[in-house]
Amino acid sequence: MTTAPQHTLEIRNLHVTVETPEGVKEILKGVDLTIRSGETHAIMGPNGSGKSTLAYSIAGHPKYTITEGSVTLDGEDVLEMSVDERAKAGLFLAMQYPVEVPGVSVSNFLRTAKTAIDGEAPKLRTWVKDVRGAMENLRMDPAFGERGVNEGFSGGEKKRHEILQMELLQPKIAILDETDSGLDVDALRIVSEGVNRAKETTGLGVMLITHYTRILGYIKPDYVHVFVNGRVAEEGGPELADRLEAEGYDRYLADA
Amino acid sequence: MRELAPLFADEPAAGHLAWTTSELPAGVSLTQVSEDDARTRTVRAPGDRASAVAVKHAGGAMALTFAANTVVDEPITIDLEGTGGDVRGHLLIEVGTSAEATVVITRTGTARYSELVSVDLADNASLNLVLIQQWDADAIHAGEVLARLGRDARLRGTVATLGGKVVRLNTSAAFAGEGASVDLFGLYFADSGQHQEHQLFVDHAVPHCTSRVTYKGALAGATARSVWIGDVLIRAAAEGTDTYELNRNLVLTDGARADSVPNLEIETGEIAGAGHASATGRFDEEQMFYLRSRGISEDQARKLVVRGFFADLIREIGVPAVESSLLNQIDSELAHVEEVIEHE
Ligand SMILES: Nc1ncnc2c1ncn2[C@@H]1O[C@H](COP(=O)(O)OP(=O)(O)OP(=O)(O)O)[C@@H](O)[C@H]1O
Ligand SMILES: [Mg+2]
Repeated sequence: MTTAPQHTLEIRNLHVTVETPEGVKEILKGVDLTIRSGETHAIMGPNGSGKSTLAYSIAGHPKYTITEGSVTLDGEDVLEMSVDERAKAGLFLAMQYPVEVPGVSVSNFLRTAKTAIDGEAPKLRTWVKDVRGAMENLRMDPAFGERGVNEGFSGGEKKRHEILQMELLQPKIAILDETDSGLDVDALRIVSEGVNRAKETTGLGVMLITHYTRILGYIKPDYVHVFVNGRVAEEGGPELADRLEAEGYDRYLADA
Repeated sequence: MRELAPLFADEPAAGHLAWTTSELPAGVSLTQVSEDDARTRTVRAPGDRASAVAVKHAGGAMALTFAANTVVDEPITIDLEGTGGDVRGHLLIEVGTSAEATVVITRTGTARYSELVSVDLADNASLNLVLIQQWDADAIHAGEVLARLGRDARLRGTVATLGGKVVRLNTSAAFAGEGASVDLFGLYFADSGQHQEHQLFVDHAVPHCTSRVTYKGALAGATARSVWIGDVLIRAAAEGTDTYELNRNLVLTDGARADSVPNLEIETGEIAGAGHASATGRFDEEQMFYLRSRGISEDQARKLVVRGFFADLIREIGVPAVESSLLNQIDSELAHVEEVIEHE
């Protein structure tokens, strides 16, 4: 038996601001969170609490300014890295709203990304097979390979395409920002299987941002974090998710 | 445009472009024709000063003629190389009834060049005409393409303007018979110090003709300028007209400016469709972020986005060698952009 390599994403006291027309606004107000290989952390919280801001800040979106705190991957300073360096270091963000890139074919995009992440072009024969297999697993028609990236994809197709990339690029830690939103139950199962495959084969650590407990029936979380007003308000095991579903966030909002 | 002044000078010019032409198959001829012949065989009078000067002082024209029913599969290529100086040029392209051909004209080197290209498509003729402006950095070029389409004729015209200091290339297509169609594509890439202008005019004078105009440009560098003007006129008699024109510009750096003026004039209510769209936008940071979040470097991401922007248009050209050459040239344009951005 081999032991899967251990990786740790550590977020400490993270404060993040954005520019708004009304001036600079603090969105994240001291986030602490540690995700290790093989672990799944569900993040649940009301609209506007800053979940996507957390995800984008870790990925390095230029819109967000880090004013305090640290993010490290295996001790390396993530905040010092450019966006593409973060991906090469092993971080992956499945976006809530994946971006359309017209005219760039999915197959060209995937090959370019794989080459960048690995530092060398994948062997053509195995790569074509890998892509075809991964698309089949996600019930994506091979014709998607020739379409523009996310161009005219339905909401569900975009989410599957995010998971396809995750499976092919094999990151250490993945942040899934509402990958389950807007999926019908069949698509949800297919996407969840993809995440579970990655967990099994590569020991992927997962930050699973969601509004709904339904996905947690397919992807079992080890920890549940309640995210309110820019920070983690409570942490617990899977049972916390059920309580949130029953009671909502009122309890936390009252204190906030 | 001060730089264009020499092209308007009402006087002969000593210079010429060096011609290199691919082998001409049976049914195709390239001949020198006299001044009088040139004038009568030109589809209509020049529409601007530079092309009028070209016709007057070119000393006759070169005529590329396709006999009726000639079908040429391989593209005819004409390479025109400037070696400096003032040049007046007059070219006739005449495609006979039911003939089909592809002609690729590439301009390189340098010159101060005024020209008229007359395109005459007989009934049911089909021409794919590609004009590539790959001039050296100091070339000045003002050209006009005048096209006349007979009944059921098809013209696909592509203009690719990459080189030169000032290039103004106007295209005007007029329908003389019913059931004809034009597809006019253009791509341009203006760097600092380059001025590129493309004016289109499509004259729907007869019923049941179709026109599509699709021009896309990218601009980089503080003094890069482009002007696009697209005029479509649907005359009272032109029932059943179907037309659409589109211009999109991608501004890659601060300071570059793209002007875009679509204009549609409709004199009849009985049309099948008419529309236009124009958009000029900054480089999309969200697209860049998405690609880079997958490990793709900034340079490479920019390359993908710009290639993607032009990709559908380039695929329409239908001449594989030209398509891949243009994609490579866009890549090398982008190599300059990287230098510009690094110095900002
Ligand atoms: N660029 C921005 N400009 C102004 N406000 C912003 C910007 N980005 C985020 N915000 C604000 O920050 C807050 C947090 O937004 P964020 O998208 O992170 O929330 P979320 O928890 O992901 O919400 P949801 O559950 O709806 O996806 C919101 O109030 C949002 O309006
Ligand atoms: Mg969100």
